Amino acid sequence: MAFAIEVTELRFAHGERTIVDIGRCQLASGQSMAVIGPSGCGKTTFLHLLAGLIRPRSGEIRILERDLSQLRGGDLDRFRGRHLGLVFQRLHLLPALTVHENVLLAQRLARVPMDPTRVEALFDRLNLTGLERHRPSMLSQGQAQRVAIARALVHGPELLMADEPTSALDDRHAEQALALLRESARAAGAALLVVTHDQRVRGHLGHELEMTTPA
Amino acid sequence: MTWLRLALANLGLSPLTSGVNVVLMGLGTASIVLLLLAGSQLSETLSRDARAIDLVLGAQGSPTQLVLSTVYHADVPPGNIAQREAERWADDPRVETAIPLSLGDSVRGLRIVGTTSAYATLYGAGLAAGRFWERPMEAVVGAAAAESTGLDVESRFAGAHGLADAGHTHASRPYRVVGVLEPTGTVLDRLILTSLESVWTLHDDDLPAQRDAHADDEADHGEHEHDADHHPEADREITAMLIRYRSPLAAMTLPRDVNAGGSLQAASPAVEVSRILQLVGIGFDGLEAFSWVLIVTAALSVFAALYGSLRARRFDLAMLRCLGATRWELLSVLILEGVLLSAFGVALGFLAGHGAMELLGGWLESARGVALTGWTWTPAETMLLLGLFAVGAVAAALPAVQAYRTDVAATLAKA
Repeated sequence: MAFAIEVTELRFAHGERTIVDIGRCQLASGQSMAVIGPSGCGKTTFLHLLAGLIRPRSGEIRILERDLSQLRGGDLDRFRGRHLGLVFQRLHLLPALTVHENVLLAQRLARVPMDPTRVEALFDRLNLTGLERHRPSMLSQGQAQRVAIARALVHGPELLMADEPTSALDDRHAEQALALLRESARAAGAALLVVTHDQRVRGHLGHELEMTTPA
Repeated sequence: MTWLRLALANLGLSPLTSGVNVVLMGLGTASIVLLLLAGSQLSETLSRDARAIDLVLGAQGSPTQLVLSTVYHADVPPGNIAQREAERWADDPRVETAIPLSLGDSVRGLRIVGTTSAYATLYGAGLAAGRFWERPMEAVVGAAAAESTGLDVESRFAGAHGLADAGHTHASRPYRVVGVLEPTGTVLDRLILTSLESVWTLHDDDLPAQRDAHADDEADHGEHEHDADHHPEADREITAMLIRYRSPLAAMTLPRDVNAGGSLQAASPAVEVSRILQLVGIGFDGLEAFSWVLIVTAALSVFAALYGSLRARRFDLAMLRCLGATRWELLSVLILEGVLLSAFGVALGFLAGHGAMELLGGWLESARGVALTGWTWTPAETMLLLGLFAVGAVAAALPAVQAYRTDVAATLAKA
């Protein structure tokens, strides 16, 4: 069985203060999982560790069967760009670029061939057709989130990770956003990891991992 | 979607700041380009006019004045010399050619030069129309002079005494144009040539005292008394003798011999040109230093703009890393932005500099007879171009390093 995520004995600390301490966590390819815990429990740090943005103090992180500790500098950046899709609570669309350019940029940074039909299909599925030439500042919150999801999926990643995708949304939109992530990941054949403190996420994804503030 | 597009889009996000940077860089570049163009063409023009002349023999006084007046026709001559004495040096074995010049009259601000046809040959000028003079009071007109005055073969004109426009006119003895010279791009184009005899014939009618003084003092010719006292051949005077050496070795001895020999002065155009350029150069250096102050200001402004934008862009930069950009790519995009800002400024500056030179050239040509153009390229400009690109890169260096060092996780965690 292939795993999208395999974590063993993972520890991360700021000085003496342990931020993340996870004995074991696995997510099979194509599956989805919610990591749920209160604010400050280290969820975001966990996501940053999985994305290779920070290094653990100890333990092993394998993403798509690759040991992240074996990847250095630019290789890690390229691995992240090629195989992962990230959606943050604050969407961070580049304000200088149009919606279309924001999505194309991700395709370019993933170093996959430019594929206009894929972009077109994605825009169609995410109901973004007609917004291509808009600037991010002209979009509604919902539209902007769909653009961020399109950007995270355009290069065909095997693992889609979202940080607090629902916490700023009302119930109806939260459910929609979650469904959109789930559907998009499934359509793209990607595993999905959602990190959140939002209890409304419970029961929506295949697996759940409770995180508590480490002692 | 390219890095270039991203860099351009980022610059477009703050058009005012970017615009100010481009204009600042453009101003500095334009002034340096203008100086380079003017300086190179000035020295080129000066050297071209003096190319074939190794030495000038003339009356004693300032050697610079002698060269300016007889090679560039830009000053009044220091005085006249006896032709007989000048001819003695012309026969010297170290001398290949010697061309006599006699100045003193003008028409509409253009100098009438009494000389031989060898003077035109010196600048490689052939006839565009007509023939050279054969008798006194026949004249050959330089290309630019013909154009500005409308003089053509068979035209007649009266010379005015003195080198300015206000002198007494020799209306009773008009010149007849018998030829027009081809353009040469030298001082010759703005001259009217005639035989030495024409000048003598006119001035033999003048008061002897006036003839002696007229080169020094061109304006003061209120009173004219004509006397019929014709000078014998032996007393003929000319303004200068242009010498070309038979061998470069002559430069070692001939000027010294002339200067030691009595009433004549020998002046080297090459020496005087470098003296003039050195003097002009001090002014140019000052202006150039000022231009570099503008460039440094522009560089600081580019630096401040990029550095100041980093805070607002820290999430963009972090997000680029999340999307797969490496640290080096973030560094490169910031450098690219700096280089683009200066490139736009440099492009603007080169256009403005060359345009201004062309405008200035047009004005100088009509006002001073100095032909300068903006549509030329000096090798120094290529160096300047590369240098200014480097200025943009250097200005962006510190912001780029900051971008390189973006702590992605910490930045995203603050969001």
